[in-house]
Amino acid sequence: MKKLFGKPESLTTVNHKYCPGCGHGIVHRLIAEVIDELGVREKTIGIAPVGCAVFAYDYWNFDVTEASHGRPPAVATGIKRVLPDRVVFTYQGDGDLAAIGMAETIHAANRGENITVIFINNAIYGMTTGQMAPTSLLGMKTTTTPFGREAKIAGYPIKVSELLVTLEGTTYLARGAVDSAKHVLEAKKAIKKAFEIQLSGKGYSLVEILSQCPPNWKMSVPESLEYVRKEMMTQFPLGVIKDKTGMTV
Amino acid sequence: MPKIIIAQSKCKGCELCILACSKKNIRLSQKMNKKGFHYVEIIDPDNCNACGLCFQVCPEVAIEIWK
Repeated sequence: MKKLFGKPESLTTVNHKYCPGCGHGIVHRLIAEVIDELGVREKTIGIAPVGCAVFAYDYWNFDVTEASHGRPPAVATGIKRVLPDRVVFTYQGDGDLAAIGMAETIHAANRGENITVIFINNAIYGMTTGQMAPTSLLGMKTTTTPFGREAKIAGYPIKVSELLVTLEGTTYLARGAVDSAKHVLEAKKAIKKAFEIQLSGKGYSLVEILSQCPPNWKMSVPESLEYVRKEMMTQFPLGVIKDKTGMTV
Repeated sequence: MPKIIIAQSKCKGCELCILACSKKNIRLSQKMNKKGFHYVEIIDPDNCNACGLCFQVCPEVAIEIWK
């Protein structure tokens, strides 16, 4: 008998501390599988964020460091410039990347740092139990917008990938989701391409992944999947947003 | 015949695999694991075609498929 599907080598056996139905675990596995397939586990350095994925260093079986809230792109810049032969990626949520870390994100992208950013967009602050994030949709009920997000008071959801398109330094920007097996496989292709771009020295790549957060959205798992498909994908359309390489995977 | 191994201690009963299974061959068990979650189980091992859709959506990487 042959093992068709199973835990990749780049994942440890530690049980995740994520809530049931959370998309983080799926993305952790996708990154681990891509790193195994590229054969770069011994020279990969990940940077974990502050947020739900703060314990990511426990789950990956390669070097992972921790950064202050929102600062993974700055830490990644330092590591990549000192050790240019390493594969350096940051793993950030929307509170980390799009709120407190927006300046670091934009400047790292603008400098065209040769790093990969995996951006988990669940439109809410998960770890602190559901406050409004910059990416929260209009009308979305959170603990800080109990009557729904209003543009007049809280502005509009930030589309990070579209925002970075105009910067010359960005090479590859794509958006995926983990609501169904089909989208999971597409997201894996995008992640793999982002790492390949880094390995060939072509510059900054960012893969945004729409993830469900059933407990903080106050929904059941099937409802949260529907919300991702109907509401989030209208606001944040899936696909490749920018690709300067002309490479196909 | 494929062999499906579900790590019951890892499963949190989120039901993503139940929604993904094209053969509707996975269900929640009546029993609970140590964490207090109803874990999932295969209804009929002979009805599984080892497509791996359940594996793709499992956040806990609790499913292993052999063939």
